[in-house]
Amino acid sequence: MFAETELNQKNRRTQRLFRILFGLMTLALIIPVFLILATLIVKGGPAISIDFLFTQPKNGMTAGGVFPALLGTVWLVIVALLASVPLGVAAAIYLSEYAPDNWLTRAINLAIINLAGVPSIVNALFGVGAFVLFFKFGTSILAASLTLAIMTLPVVIVATRESLQAVPHAFREACWNMGATRWQTIRRIVLPNAITGILTGVILEVSRTAGETAPIMFTGAAFFLPFLPQSVFDQTMALSLHLYVVATQVPGVPEHLPFGVALVLIAMVLIMNSLSIALRMYLRGKKKW
Amino acid sequence: MATVVEKTVSAAVDDMDRLTWDWYLDKVVQVLMFIGGISAVVFIIGIFVFITKEGIGFVADAFDFKEFFFSPNWRPTSETKETYGILALIAGTASVTGLAMVVAIPFSLGAAIFIAEFARGKTRELLKVTVELLAAIPSVVWGFIGLSIMNPIIIETFDVPVGLNVLNAGIILGLMAAPIMTSIAEDALKAVPDRYREAAEAMGATRWQVISKVVLPAAKNGLLGAVLLGVGRGFGETMAVLMATGHAINIPTSVFDSVRALTATIATELGETAVGSTHYQALFAIGIFLFVITFIINLTADLIVRGIRKQ
Repeated sequence: MFAETELNQKNRRTQRLFRILFGLMTLALIIPVFLILATLIVKGGPAISIDFLFTQPKNGMTAGGVFPALLGTVWLVIVALLASVPLGVAAAIYLSEYAPDNWLTRAINLAIINLAGVPSIVNALFGVGAFVLFFKFGTSILAASLTLAIMTLPVVIVATRESLQAVPHAFREACWNMGATRWQTIRRIVLPNAITGILTGVILEVSRTAGETAPIMFTGAAFFLPFLPQSVFDQTMALSLHLYVVATQVPGVPEHLPFGVALVLIAMVLIMNSLSIALRMYLRGKKKW
Repeated sequence: MATVVEKTVSAAVDDMDRLTWDWYLDKVVQVLMFIGGISAVVFIIGIFVFITKEGIGFVADAFDFKEFFFSPNWRPTSETKETYGILALIAGTASVTGLAMVVAIPFSLGAAIFIAEFARGKTRELLKVTVELLAAIPSVVWGFIGLSIMNPIIIETFDVPVGLNVLNAGIILGLMAAPIMTSIAEDALKAVPDRYREAAEAMGATRWQVISKVVLPAAKNGLLGAVLLGVGRGFGETMAVLMATGHAINIPTSVFDSVRALTATIATELGETAVGSTHYQALFAIGIFLFVITFIINLTADLIVRGIRKQ
C-alpha cells in the first residue's frame, strides 16, 4: 500500500469540505419549504373538513366551504385535457415517429421550448384576444380551458415523446417487416408500450393546470358566483383564483380560511405529482428491455 | 410454366400495390399527426399575433418610445394627463428577479452538484423526487406564503413597517425557481460523459478534483442555460410576485422597498379596463414586451444548451 502523503490528506479534506457544503446547500433549499408546508398544515388544518370541501362559501366568502371552486377547477382541468391531450400526443407521435431531421422539425422543437416559457400572464392576454374576443367564446370555461391547454401543451408533448422514444426501435422494425403500415405499428406496438409513460405526463399536466391562476383570471374564472356552471359557456370559480381572492380581495376573512384553501390546492397538486412519480417508478421497475 | 410463375408473381405484386383501407388510413393519420406537430408553431405565432393585434393600437397611436421605456410614471387613470411609463415596473421586475437569482443560483447549482455527483442510491432518488415535488407548488400558493408567512417574519426580523417588498418577493421567487434550475443543471451535469470522469479518476484525481476540473468546465454551457431559464421564469412569474411585492409603483433603493412588477400590473389592471381603450392596449403592449424578452431569453438558453450537445 501507498502511504498517505500530505497532498493526499489535503485533497481528501477539500473533498469532504465541498461534499458537506453542497449537501448543506441542498438541505437549505428543501428545509425552508418543508417548514412552510408544515406551517400551512398547522394553520390550515383546522379549517379542513368534509363540510369545507362540499359547501358553498357564505357571508361574502368569509365562511363556508370551497365546493364551487373545487368543482370549477375540475371542470377547467377536464376541458383543458380534452383539448391538449389529443393534440399533444399527436404532436409527440409526429416528432418521435414521422418527423424528418429538417428545419421544420427544429422549428417545432423550438416552438415547444418557447411555448413552455411564455409568461402565464401573456397567455392570459392571448386567451382574452383569441378565445374571449376573436372566437367570441366570452369569459367562459371553454375560453379559460383552451388558454390553459395551450399553456400546458409542452408538458404532454415532452412526456409523451420521451416515453415513445423509450420503446426500442427493433420493436418497430419487427412490425414493419411483417408488412404493417406505420400507423398499424404505432397503434399496436408503440402506443401500448408507451401508454404508462404518457399517463405520467397527463397526470403532471393535471397538476399544472389545476394550480395556474393568471391565465384564467380574465378568460373564464370569476371571483364569486352564486351558482354552479351548467355548461362550458358559463363562467366558473376556481380553487387557485379563490385562494388569491380570499387572501387579498375580501376584508374580514378569518385567518384559517385562506390557509385551508391553500392546503386543499397544494394537497391536490402534490397528490397528483406523487401519483405521476409513483407510476414512473413502477414503470421503470417493470420494464423488460 | 414460365407464364404461370410470371402470373403468380405479378398477382402478388398487384396485391402489394393495392391501395387498401389501411394504406389510406396510414396517410390520413400521418396528416393528422403532422397537424398536431405544427400546432406548437401555430400557437407560438398565434400568441404573438393576437397580443400584437390587441396592443398595436397603442404602439401606433399613443406610443412614445422615450416615455414608455424611460418614464417611471405609470398613471393610466390620471385625470389630468395619463402617462404610460414602465421604467418603474421594469425596475420592480428586475430587482425581484435579480435578488431571486442571487438566492437561487448558488443554492441550485450546489444542490445539482450534490445530487448528480455526490449523492448515491436511495438518497439521490429521494432528493430528486423532493426537488420535483417542490417545483410543482403553484405560484399562487407561493404568493400566499409570501403574504401570510414571510410578511410577518420580515417585519419582525428587520423591524420594518411593511414586509411585502423586494426581499420578500425575491426570496419567494428564488425558492420557486431553484427546484427547476436544480433539475436542469443536474441534467446538464449528467450529460457529461462518464468516460471523462473515469479518465480523470484513473489519473488519481479525487472526486472534488474531477468535479471542479473536469465535470464543471464540460457542463458550463448547460449550467448557464439552466440559469437563463431561471431568469426567464422569474421575469414572467405573475401571481407570486403580485402578492409578495406590495404592488407599489416605485424604483427601489433598498430591498425593503415595495415594488410592482410588469406581470402583476397586467394581472391587476386588465379586469378594470374597457376593451380597446388606450389603457387596455397599453397593457397588451407590456405583454408584447414581456413576450419578446422571455422569447429572447429562452432562445438564448436553448442555443447555449444545444451548443454542448453538438460537441
